[in-house]
Amino acid sequence: MSNTDFVLAVEDLTVSFDGFKAVDKLNMYIDKNELRVVIGPNGAGKTTVLDLICGKTKSTAGSIKFKNRELTKLSEHEIVRAGVGRKFQTPSIYENLSVYQNLEVSYPKGRGVFGSLFFKRSDEVMAQVYKIAKEIMMEDILHTEAALLSHGQKQWLEIGMLLMQEPELLMLDEPVAGMSAKERDQTAELLNRICQNRSVIVIEHDMEFVKKIAHKVTVLHQGKILAEGAMDKVQANEKVIEVYLGH
Amino acid sequence: MNETLSKILGGKQGAIGLAILAAFIMIVLPLGLDPFRLGLIGKYLTYAFVAVSLVLLWGNGGILSLGQGIFFGLGGYGMAMFLKLEASDPVSTAIQSTPGIPDFMDWNQLTALPWFWEPFKSLPLTILAILVVPTIFAFLIGYAMFKRRVGGVYFAIITQAIALILSILIVGQQGYTGGVNGITDLKTLLGWDIRSDSAKYVLYYVNAGLLIACILLSRYVLSSKFGMLLLAMRDKEERVRFSGYDVSNFKIFIFCLAAMISAIGGAMFTLQVGFMSPTFIGIVPSIEMVIFAAVGGRMSLIGAVYGTLLVNFGKTMFSETYPELWLFLMGGLFIAVVMFFPNGIAGIYDKYAKKVPFLRKLSEETPKAKKAEAIPAAPVETKEAGVKA
Repeated sequence: MSNTDFVLAVEDLTVSFDGFKAVDKLNMYIDKNELRVVIGPNGAGKTTVLDLICGKTKSTAGSIKFKNRELTKLSEHEIVRAGVGRKFQTPSIYENLSVYQNLEVSYPKGRGVFGSLFFKRSDEVMAQVYKIAKEIMMEDILHTEAALLSHGQKQWLEIGMLLMQEPELLMLDEPVAGMSAKERDQTAELLNRICQNRSVIVIEHDMEFVKKIAHKVTVLHQGKILAEGAMDKVQANEKVIEVYLGH
Repeated sequence: MNETLSKILGGKQGAIGLAILAAFIMIVLPLGLDPFRLGLIGKYLTYAFVAVSLVLLWGNGGILSLGQGIFFGLGGYGMAMFLKLEASDPVSTAIQSTPGIPDFMDWNQLTALPWFWEPFKSLPLTILAILVVPTIFAFLIGYAMFKRRVGGVYFAIITQAIALILSILIVGQQGYTGGVNGITDLKTLLGWDIRSDSAKYVLYYVNAGLLIACILLSRYVLSSKFGMLLLAMRDKEERVRFSGYDVSNFKIFIFCLAAMISAIGGAMFTLQVGFMSPTFIGIVPSIEMVIFAAVGGRMSLIGAVYGTLLVNFGKTMFSETYPELWLFLMGGLFIAVVMFFPNGIAGIYDKYAKKVPFLRKLSEETPKAKKAEAIPAAPVETKEAGVKA
């Protein structure tokens, strides 16, 4: 495959679990600064696609190129270091640590064993923590233990932890699941802000929310792409209505 | 530099806790006990090294090793081999068919010193071996397991199996290791009689000093970013991995460090007790050490020392009167601690110390994480305060 201008180029990606193809010859291209939403019914393979990109699951065939660098051969931490961040479906934060510590631990310096032993809390680190804390609306509760946060705040904190690493590609798995209407609005604003200088892939079921954020929508069904394009076009698509949106 | 110092001491509260511990084991106990009882305490304090290592590994890292006896034993055997060679000079072993080699080798028809005993003729090489051999062994085990992401209960079982294998190996290779009796009749260290009362005092203080040094080193590790990552890994390993860290390297390192600390304890054990045997390597001692750490508080380096002393004190008391009941009692103690006091003695202290005005004042001066107060909007889950000291 030749080099492209896309941030992420997924080609012929296939993964099979005991013969069941969860993702089947998938092609997907993400532009710079694009916010792509992936929708589809349960079991369509949405989460599996994210797992494949971030290295959690190894592909059976096909290629994933991030800035023209092949990711399928890299281990998870190398993919992260290349600039891909991934948020899990259920909030994954360190409940025993404070908000500040959660963010600081995610700072991309001192990632080796000895680097972490002699890591210094420099002004630069603190400035980055405060900047991100402000971004995720948590600058007033930096010293709260993360276990005490509300569900929505935990989701934001995890997004903040990813932002600490300044990833060029951010992947979010159902970021507004379980959030109140107000929190959903705030999250939509947050996502619109953070995709200014990076590409974002979001998996989401909430159509109202998708409308607020999506540049382009990809509909997955049985591991294949059913439709792709602008939100209104996809919503009008007969096949999409049949398998997913309903009449 | 000041920042590093305060990290090592663990802030004001940590420094006071450590000072109290140091005063207790270095002043109160030596003044209050006769040499025999103090010798027992010295022996218990060598187990405390292992308990401290388990606080790092298990309490903070979430990696339960049921085979720390391996490293305690390797350290102990290293020291015993040196002392045995010194005790086996040609003059005192003149009646053997091969003078100049340890007596058990002679009984087993060995006619020359095995090659791996050679380095133990030199004290510097012995000290090096005590520190390095267990660490390398831990590295090999850790590399094989953590790179394949073996963890949790599987790791615990495998370490236990290795402890058993090693003790069987030592028992089986009598000619090379002294077999089931271990290495006995240790007399002098560079000509200095380690069995005299004065030597026992000196060794007791060396041991106490090394223990404090290991606690300080562990404090530094836990207060660094590495320590934060350990907690993070224990909590959400996947999140750490997907934040760009090679989780296995961190686990290997802490396992190696725990092994080295345990080995120092083992070497000090040999020096103070005067022998080393496979009974300190196998499954039972390895599990006992975990109980020491659990009773003391698996998150607390200082608690681990008190836990070790307390359990061993109980063991001595009860096994003098009801030897057959002790194992049941210890099993019960372990279950009770896990069920009712998951943070052990240190947890009880944290919970109740706050009710004593003087102690409360102390602990409030170093706030760890502010609770609830400043969370706007959304309702806050009311979880019992669980910040680890």
